[in-house]
Amino acid sequence: MRWFWIDHFVEFETGRTAAAVKNVSLAEEHLHDHFLGFAVMPSSLVIEGLAQTGGLLVGEHYQFNERVVLAKVSRASFHFMARPGDSLTYQATMQDINENGAMVAGTSHMGDRLQAEIDLVFAHLPSRENDERELFDPADFLAMLRLLRLYDVGRQSDGSPLTIPAHLLQAEQAMEAATDLN
Amino acid sequence: MTNEDVFSKVQTALVDALGVDDDEVTPEATMVGDLGAESIDFLDIVFRLEKSFDIKIPRGELFPEDILTNAEYVEDGKINDEGLAKLKEKLPFFDLSEFERNPVVQNFANILTVSDICRYVESKIGANQA
Repeated sequence: MRWFWIDHFVEFETGRTAAAVKNVSLAEEHLHDHFLGFAVMPSSLVIEGLAQTGGLLVGEHYQFNERVVLAKVSRASFHFMARPGDSLTYQATMQDINENGAMVAGTSHMGDRLQAEIDLVFAHLPSRENDERELFDPADFLAMLRLLRLYDVGRQSDGSPLTIPAHLLQAEQAMEAATDLN
Repeated sequence: MTNEDVFSKVQTALVDALGVDDDEVTPEATMVGDLGAESIDFLDIVFRLEKSFDIKIPRGELFPEDILTNAEYVEDGKINDEGLAKLKEKLPFFDLSEFERNPVVQNFANILTVSDICRYVESKIGANQA
């Protein structure tokens, strides 16, 4: 089981903006007991979904070579609660990015209705000697990006398709080769 | 830009980043003790200052973690003379006299005031205009 709080990307322009869809379903267990008898999408998980949308926008800017972590939720206001059957679109817009981290402004919409406004700060974990551990296995990570259709919709700023970083492709090929051997 | 303009913009950045009220952000207020800034807030503050003043703040310049965590400059949790000299060289805009009396690493963040931030920004703007 994975911690997925977006279903897939619908828009992704490198270094600028990303949009992802989250379909809220009563099949999700967390809706059953958050408020007993009143099923709503917990606001904290809307923040998590926007953090995933924005975090991948931040990570992609440096070809996923930086270790990106959510450092701070600067602002979160919610205008109504999302309920089972609702489809939310999370839009993350890059405000600033440098070697230390990034600031992202986010919104959640249901159709034309603004559901939430969430501003996030991400940090790039500094690399330390003898500690180059990855946050994710690169082959698994690429599988996740494919699942989220990032490279189906991803575009460079000139409109050309986004390319998959070589280090992720190599990890995927190495994993496939190892699987074949087994 | 006058010193009042700098203070006003720094105040806005700190109000937005730390969720404090305008009147809490006085020149004498300490970042950690009075305004409740945590280490990760400094990243947020740096972004806001860069944007507001159109300056570039390199990693470790406003908060010199590279000196404060360097075994060469830290002995038994205190900054040694060499480290203090390095801090003064790197942070000429900070008033370190209070810190020098008892240079415990953990105290460093506590002595940083809103005035120090303003002086830092003024030095950056001055460098840009030079």
